[in-house]
Amino acid sequence: MLKLKHLLVSTCAGALLAISSAQLVAQETVTVLHNQQDQFIRDTWDEIRRDFEAQNPNIKVQLDFMDDDAMKARLPTLLQSNAKPHLYWSFGGGDFRVRAESGLLADITDKADGLRAKIGEGAMSAFEVNGRLYGAPYRLAQVGFWYNKSLFEQAGVRSEDIETWDDFLDVVTTLKNAGITPIAAGGAERWPLHFYWTYLAMRIGGQELFDSILADEARFDNEYYIRAGQELQRLADLEPFQAGYRGTVYNEAAGVFGNERAAIHLMGEWDIGVQTSESESGEGVSGDNLGYFNFPMVEGGLGDPSATLGGVDGWAFTSGNGTDAAVSWLEFFLAPEQQRKLAAAGIIIPVANGAAEAVEDPHMQQIAENIANSSWHQVFWDQALGADVGGVINDISAELFAGEITPEQAVRRVQQAWDFR
Amino acid sequence: MKSVDIALDAQRSGRFTALKAWLYRHNTGGRLSTLLLFIPPALMVFTLLVILPIAESGVYSFYRWNGFIALSESGRWVGWQNYQFILQDPVFHRAVWNTTKIVLISLLIQLPLAMMLALSIASKSSINSLFRLVYFLPFILADVVAGLIWRFIYDGNFGLVAAITQMFGLDPFYPLADRAWAFNAILVVVVWKYFGYHMMIYIAGLQSVPNDLVEAARLDGASRLQIIFRIKLPLIMPAIKLSVFFSVIGALQFFEMAMPLVTAGGPSGSAHTIVTYLYEFGIVRSRIGFGSAVAVVLFLACAVFAFFYQRFVMARSSS
Repeated sequence: MLKLKHLLVSTCAGALLAISSAQLVAQETVTVLHNQQDQFIRDTWDEIRRDFEAQNPNIKVQLDFMDDDAMKARLPTLLQSNAKPHLYWSFGGGDFRVRAESGLLADITDKADGLRAKIGEGAMSAFEVNGRLYGAPYRLAQVGFWYNKSLFEQAGVRSEDIETWDDFLDVVTTLKNAGITPIAAGGAERWPLHFYWTYLAMRIGGQELFDSILADEARFDNEYYIRAGQELQRLADLEPFQAGYRGTVYNEAAGVFGNERAAIHLMGEWDIGVQTSESESGEGVSGDNLGYFNFPMVEGGLGDPSATLGGVDGWAFTSGNGTDAAVSWLEFFLAPEQQRKLAAAGIIIPVANGAAEAVEDPHMQQIAENIANSSWHQVFWDQALGADVGGVINDISAELFAGEITPEQAVRRVQQAWDFR
Repeated sequence: MKSVDIALDAQRSGRFTALKAWLYRHNTGGRLSTLLLFIPPALMVFTLLVILPIAESGVYSFYRWNGFIALSESGRWVGWQNYQFILQDPVFHRAVWNTTKIVLISLLIQLPLAMMLALSIASKSSINSLFRLVYFLPFILADVVAGLIWRFIYDGNFGLVAAITQMFGLDPFYPLADRAWAFNAILVVVVWKYFGYHMMIYIAGLQSVPNDLVEAARLDGASRLQIIFRIKLPLIMPAIKLSVFFSVIGALQFFEMAMPLVTAGGPSGSAHTIVTYLYEFGIVRSRIGFGSAVAVVLFLACAVFAFFYQRFVMARSSS
């Protein structure tokens, strides 16, 4: 009872204090919504928030968090309500474009000089729709092959020998013959499988193919995309995945890799953390034992082998909320100093100019270099195409792996969905 | 006063007395006032929350629409294309077949099983109460929880299935990852989850069967089977018809339990039901028009079934 009284008194006092201070300074609140689950990252953000508020006493920043599924489910209605945040976490890509074109986002093109001065043009363009800016990038991600060095050694293969897709298939065969499950895959969720099909299409068809598909100048049913399906099925024929992969969700697959029950995992760099936390030992495939190699080139393919598939994610301004306060918070949050701090903590691959040098973790460093050296950074294809067609791409990647569909049927199904979007 | 006015006046007052008489006849006990006072709010709520949404989804089903902003601004009229696509989609066919499978399993396995158990534990005794509780337990669990529990049971590496395959030295088996097995695995859970519910309906029915009838039949030399088939079952027919109705409607709505068991309809969508299909392709992929078309098909199926069942099966029992 005493505690309750105490609580009541302090709450009242706190409320009074808040009211009086609000009257003293006209405070503006910027609300921010993200799906970040990691407490360490949240704490780091909170430090940045405190620094910002210390420098801008008339702006208050409120960081709200939801888990990923809840946020996905609530966002469509939230964005149309008055309770919407000023800023929310978003990928660049199909959904972002639809929301911008639907007037759900705020156009901040005229206030963006400060942001543009700090962030590279390439990453910034992911948040532009029809030449107008509706948000800003926060970090980069890239998908590539993570592998277990000791399992590779055990089978007598080396990642350095993998230059082409054929080499990769040879390594898979050798691993399999050595009694090691070559690859972990979260087949139940399907998007992990679409990385294979998309990367193959990137290596075979090249940037021009992807750009002209997005511009409606090319179709999915072309020889490059069909060949990508054929190459995918060559891999599928080797039965490279852990048993029952079609019922495995991504986190479980990361666990398979983290528990050293499979040698390779094609995934973004966030997998370093996830495979660690999902492993039984809590260590995962760590330190020197974790290796990385790029998706190999495909012989006869038109694509530049340095091209990367990955993500640019960041912040979107909700309509009516592209306020000066919100922009200045984002300018502060995305400034090279903060990005360097986050990069040094191994949290992100930064987008701010000059911040990439601060990345200390060697794996993250490698990814940052890959993206910096890549001639073309393709945003996750299923995101770029939007939830609808992206979903079809994911479904069909899974069906290609299961051999339930021919490469020709596959591209026709995707084209059908694309035509009807 | 002119004579015309007098005539009009008389007509008016005549009308008034007629109205009074009509009111007197129809408003006995305030029936009409009650209707006029109480029907409009109920009707309004019903129209706003039931009729209107149904009608709206009928309209949406003819559009390609992502649901973000007003239909008039971002919707595109596509005519019957949504319906065409649904009817041609092999995944939808699979979803319909799966839903039918739930009905068949309910009728052929679940309800007979429930009936057998009900017959054996209907009489009142403390041990029977215990069994009733045990059989009813699965039904108490939330559907999502049941789904999650069975996901662990079906795990081919660590679950019960893994324990069994290891015991017999078989290769690991992953029911939920197998195109042919994923939905059958769900059917097992359906039977496990709902047989207790139907059993309870039957027990309630069986307890209302008068004992003297059973005793009289026994005195006349009827065998146990004869008592069941000639006396008990005919007397609880209304309960049976009700439980059949519930299981068919339940199958048409089957959703929550499948969600945690299989992701996005399982391997190649082989474990979709009509409602999970609607959710995946209508809501997750923000295709409100397409989802509405599925909803309309589902609504028609439900309405047609409910209508015919009420008219031809339930009605006969009341007469």
